[in-house]
Amino acid sequence: MPDVQSLVNEFILKLKKRKIEGSQANARQTAVLLRSVISQQRIPYTSQAAALIDAVRAVGQQLTAANPIELAVGNIVRRVLHIIREEDLSLTTGAIEGLNVSSVSDDDSDTDKDDNPGLSAAALAAAARSTLRPPSLQTLLEDLPDSSAIPHTSSSGDNSDGKSKSADKSTKSRKLKHDVIEAVNELIQDIDTCHDQIAEQAVEHIHHNEVILTLGSSKTVLEFLCAAKEKKRSFRVFVAEGAPRYQGHLLAKELVARGLQTTLITDSAVFAMISRVNMVIVGAHAVMANGGVIAPVGLNMVALAAQRHAVPFVVLAGCHKLCPLYPHNPEVLLNELRSPSELLDFGEFSDCMDFGYGTGTPLLHVVNPTFDYVPPKLVSLFITDIGGHNPSYMYRLIADYYSADDLVLQKKAASVN
Amino acid sequence: MDPRRNPRSVIDPKVRHVGFLPPDRSLSTPSPDSHPSDDDDAALSPVIIPPPRHHSDNLSSPSSASHPVPPLAHHSPRYSEFSPRSPAASSPLSVVGSRLAADGEKETGGAGGSVRVLASSVPLSALTTASVVGVSRGITETVKGCVVEVQNEQPAILKPVKAKTTKAERRALQEAQRAAKAAAKVDATVDSNQSKSAKLSQQKNDPSSVISLDKKGHSSDRPPEKERKKDAPHPRMQYDDTSRVEKAKRKAVVKQTEVRNRVELFRHLPQYERGSQLPDLETKFFHLDPLHPAVYKVGLQYLSGDICGGNARCIAMLKAFQEFIGEKIMMADKVIVNHAVTKIRDGDVLLTYGSSSVVEMLILHAHELRKKFRVVMVDSRPKLEGQHLLRRLVREGISCTYTNINAISYIMHEVTRVFLGASAVLSNGTVYSRVGTACVAMVAHAFRVPVLVCCEAYKFHERVQLDSICCNELGDPDMISTIPDRKEIDGLNNWSNVDNLQFLNLIYDATPCDYVSMIITDYGMVPPTSVPVIVREYRGEHMWG
Repeated sequence: MPDVQSLVNEFILKLKKRKIEGSQANARQTAVLLRSVISQQRIPYTSQAAALIDAVRAVGQQLTAANPIELAVGNIVRRVLHIIREEDLSLTTGAIEGLNVSSVSDDDSDTDKDDNPGLSAAALAAAARSTLRPPSLQTLLEDLPDSSAIPHTSSSGDNSDGKSKSADKSTKSRKLKHDVIEAVNELIQDIDTCHDQIAEQAVEHIHHNEVILTLGSSKTVLEFLCAAKEKKRSFRVFVAEGAPRYQGHLLAKELVARGLQTTLITDSAVFAMISRVNMVIVGAHAVMANGGVIAPVGLNMVALAAQRHAVPFVVLAGCHKLCPLYPHNPEVLLNELRSPSELLDFGEFSDCMDFGYGTGTPLLHVVNPTFDYVPPKLVSLFITDIGGHNPSYMYRLIADYYSADDLVLQKKAASVN
Repeated sequence: MDPRRNPRSVIDPKVRHVGFLPPDRSLSTPSPDSHPSDDDDAALSPVIIPPPRHHSDNLSSPSSASHPVPPLAHHSPRYSEFSPRSPAASSPLSVVGSRLAADGEKETGGAGGSVRVLASSVPLSALTTASVVGVSRGITETVKGCVVEVQNEQPAILKPVKAKTTKAERRALQEAQRAAKAAAKVDATVDSNQSKSAKLSQQKNDPSSVISLDKKGHSSDRPPEKERKKDAPHPRMQYDDTSRVEKAKRKAVVKQTEVRNRVELFRHLPQYERGSQLPDLETKFFHLDPLHPAVYKVGLQYLSGDICGGNARCIAMLKAFQEFIGEKIMMADKVIVNHAVTKIRDGDVLLTYGSSSVVEMLILHAHELRKKFRVVMVDSRPKLEGQHLLRRLVREGISCTYTNINAISYIMHEVTRVFLGASAVLSNGTVYSRVGTACVAMVAHAFRVPVLVCCEAYKFHERVQLDSICCNELGDPDMISTIPDRKEIDGLNNWSNVDNLQFLNLIYDATPCDYVSMIITDYGMVPPTSVPVIVREYRGEHMWG
């Protein structure tokens, strides 16, 4: 598939050059790319899912190797793999349990949505999931023959009729791809609308005459604050400028344009001002499985100051930012150092760059990291598009989105690129 | 002496004619209580000596304590007016006054400091060349060769005593202004200096001196003159105001005995016995109670008459200050560096924030001692002071890492010691320093890195402060809105006028004491909880305010 390969190569190039800004953009483009990959993948008649999985995994390895710091890419790859597995499972179980499901679903016909075939796969997937889940009170109750046989816990929404999609071997191959692509479309849609979902919750958290502190710029935070403003809450915002990228200036501009009282402060003044702040609201680059946050540089300092003054530290993150990995030494391994020219003018210090006194080591190092790691104990609340959670809960969300087999994208036998 | 000047003309302390006098002018010597307005009404147009060009600049800024001498900086520029004079010497109160002010201001015009007219010790006629340069804050100068209560300023700093003009003097002031307005244009008219009588010799710079010296002809000066009229100079303390006298006596370092028979005419001036307390004071030299010994010494010299003459006294006083600087700042810095350098071991990674002179000296000294260490410089907007220090350190060959304050969490795991400077340390242990210091100390504390603050003891203060909001300084907001080095970021350059947008440029912040491990001062290495102890025990010794 040279066509797909060229697309993949193009995307890899963009990732390597860090041309795509922001995890949302990265996630969306990854999902779109993988959708193309899947749709153009020829799959054999047997073990279709495995073929798809291998194809996606191969592409995924290349993508994550191109930009290991951009965790959203890996997240989406794993999400797609999970989708494939689930769709496959649902088709399989649907074939087996087709009759049961259909009979039960008659009872729930009032909630049927006949004209929405896309949801059927997801509903079946949820059903499948319930049979595979480790026993818990919920699953035990659901196993009762009656009403709640089809669990409503699926993130995709309602159940629907299942009987129309019973297994039909001849169409199964097309089915799988079709379902997977449907699900990937939903995923893309989720990525696009994550800001709105998060912003809906703004009115619960921001009240009158509050003072909010934020650092740098995040589109999620911007939408969040503006949604609260729409609901006629009057509050003030302190924006820390977020050197050396100074994105706080952009955020301040936007906020002022939408009519919010904004004060721009330097990052060094955060400790001084935080005693008068009611809440700190920030965006994240990625959320790790332990609840830790990979955030723009400087936010660990803000989180420590917030802890000292007992100010809630709220992190807004769409679900595409949730990474199933646990961080080990994230300051180093999940960090990237940018150009020192953002801190120091090259010309000023070139004459001082004397190479030691015979040791050969330069006398001056300039350190310009991009990200900071905020440990989970400093975070008060995560607000995602599916609601608010404690940092200690984040690992449970992983089970919803990712499969355990996909955590390591590299093939076990192959070398890591 | 200028032959045109009338040597004996000015006897009345309130009416002083300086400079060129019209030849047919003859003055009697009225008693000090008489209204000088008579003279003024009858007077011809007084002559004013044209003030120097930069004069008005100085005079128009009444704020005086803008000087960088730190120990004095936070003292109010007022000092006690309680200056005793011997009755005998008060009569030839001819000198002083605007002439002196004029000269004084001419001479110190360039210095830009506040000018106070000080009485010279020259008895006699108005126009000796002993024009006294009034100088700064701290020492009160008085009178003609007699007792100086130099020490008055220290205890009195806390409660500034202002001069009270008598009614006569105030009236004189008004007359002078009226006369000034009515007078003809400009040039060589002597200003009759009612406002600057000898009594008012110790006024602080400003309104009165300005008024007296202001050129009538200069229309541009009129409006400021009008405004200045509202601030009549505070009258100096009069000795017959017993309550204030009592207060001042309690604070006086040198106890004087009042003369038994005092001249009733001069009830408003303190009258002491002279000559008896000098040996006593000399023995007390080593008690060094509230005074710096250099200042005490100068005071004694004034008292005994060893130093006389306006210039000499002024120079002696300034030399005392210089000694203070040497001792309290330079030597203190040496002591601090010697203490602190013991805390640097081989293999250390030191972190410092911004640009502190003591920390710079410390690092350079440690480098001279051939210790093996490297330095992490943390810098922040808008001042970016760290770059200057960085340049100096790299030039010396010290291996440095430079970063922004946002990255301190990244870099702190490899740091072993944090050295910070301070602008002040308050009595609850809070360190008041450049904004951002609190963040650095907090992150260091979170990573269990010891934080050492290097601070001279004169910076300790008895005030307490909980956070950075209650007392701070705001800088230029345009420094926040513009990013000078990075042209590509067109952020908010022209957004200063937008309603909803404010820029906040804090200069200082308060670091809570639990983030500070140790404070290194010239009194030793102490925990932050010892600061009020030092303020109480040792600062009383050299109490400058």
